[in-house]
Amino acid sequence: MRDGDIIVTQDVNFYYGSFRALTGVNISFEKNRVTALIGPSGCGKSTLLRLLNRMNDFIEQTRVEGKVLFEGRNIYDPEVDPVEIRRRIGMVFQKPNPFPKSIFNNIVYGPRLAGGMSRTDLESLAERSLKQAVLWDEVKDILGQSAMMLSGGQQQRLCIARALAMKPDVLLMDEPTSALDPISTAKIEELMEGLKKDYTIIIVTHNMQQAARVSDYTGFFYLGRLIEFNRTGKIFTTPDMKQTEDYITGRFG
Amino acid sequence: MRQGSMKWRYLKQGIFLWVVRIAALIIAAALGGILFFIFVNGIGAVDWTFLTEPPRDSMTAGGIMPAIIGTVYLTLGAVLVAMPLGVTSAVYLSEYARSGPAVRFIRIGINSLAGVPSVVFGLFGLSLFVVYLDFGSSILAGSLTLAILILPTIIGSAEEALKAVPQTFREASLALGVSKWQTVSRIVLPNALPGILTGSILGIGRAAGETAPIMFTAAAFFTTRLPGSVFDEVMALPYHIYVLATAGTRIEETRPLQYGTALVLIALVLGVDLAAIVIRSYIRRKKRW
Repeated sequence: MRDGDIIVTQDVNFYYGSFRALTGVNISFEKNRVTALIGPSGCGKSTLLRLLNRMNDFIEQTRVEGKVLFEGRNIYDPEVDPVEIRRRIGMVFQKPNPFPKSIFNNIVYGPRLAGGMSRTDLESLAERSLKQAVLWDEVKDILGQSAMMLSGGQQQRLCIARALAMKPDVLLMDEPTSALDPISTAKIEELMEGLKKDYTIIIVTHNMQQAARVSDYTGFFYLGRLIEFNRTGKIFTTPDMKQTEDYITGRFG
Repeated sequence: MRQGSMKWRYLKQGIFLWVVRIAALIIAAALGGILFFIFVNGIGAVDWTFLTEPPRDSMTAGGIMPAIIGTVYLTLGAVLVAMPLGVTSAVYLSEYARSGPAVRFIRIGINSLAGVPSVVFGLFGLSLFVVYLDFGSSILAGSLTLAILILPTIIGSAEEALKAVPQTFREASLALGVSKWQTVSRIVLPNALPGILTGSILGIGRAAGETAPIMFTAAAFFTTRLPGSVFDEVMALPYHIYVLATAGTRIEETRPLQYGTALVLIALVLGVDLAAIVIRSYIRRKKRW
């Protein structure tokens, strides 16, 4: 384990019933960096992402082997509270999924239930989070309106703001722009650059240009194995493995 | 040639459209027919006295006020018991239960319960509530019996309503480090509320109209006294119709009273339905996704 690593997986296997979706995954995520996970559909990259904040707990008949160390502690230890883990490791999904509530209530939903915050605290938290997600200027006058009225790109930034409002250490993003148009995509990529200072970001993406643009490290997965993991610049110019090269040059996938 | 086959296709489409339309019309007409028939035959008997006074002269004259009150109490009691129980079960089945033999067994149980003839519920209520638990023939025993009767309807529709809440809402909430129970109570249940209300409306209609379950457990042949507690017997509209039509002293003469009672029962059920539909559509308009 390197010094700057915040999450490290050790020999992780994952099963859906008897199907093994991940095999012997060892990967480490450096603090305050963007790490991209790429690979063809069904390669296990999203499965790995959801393992990191225990979202796979909710899928029936799944099993994890190995360790996922978050700040040195295995999050699959029986005494670890998964709810606590999810507060510190936030997640943004493929499709924007705001609640059918007002913009304001979407942002403060998590912190309010976590408790201990006054109305003023919540208001300043909402402003801070929306500014971080570069949405504040567009919504500051309509905070009371339904989040469902926003455009898809705005909704996704709202979901990012909602995740940030929990003040997590890590932000997991599962193909966050695949349902968005190019302009909205560009906005989200831009804001990720700004978030790096305060958060560790792990992003699953199908879009290789996106991985190349936003990430510092890239992991290439194929058939449930981590084939290659390295600095993004290296992966996209001189990959060590033939399979990686074939995938990024578009020979399969 | 081409022109001809196109025409034939349009013709077929037209015929099919009419078949579907007529099928729908027949159903609407049957319902309308029943309502019209009851209305025409019953409206003559319904006046202020009919609604506000107890029966007189061996139930050949006077009103049906005790039966109206009785039905309202029984139905209300049934829904008050069945709704919390049913919604809680539905939450368990839809949100917590992991699929397995135990859950399959529960589901089979619920489905079988829905298929049990209502007179069996009546006998069950008689032996459990009236005799064994010694509630006597009472509002309590009748309400509990009706509650069991409408439980499958409420569980079924509540479960469907819960399942209709998008999975992405649950994921979004859970991923924020919100506990499962908070996710259910803050996100899932509020969004399922319109559907849950629909089920309860159907339950109300069913409970108000049933005769067999209450005839051994709650319904009095005749009483002018209004119930003072849940341990009192009451008259009830469906049972009153049954009594007038089968066991009354002068069955033919009391026909108008029978139709009048039926009309009041239908109006009561439709009124409840209407109120609930208004509430539901109001909630639905507020929550859109």
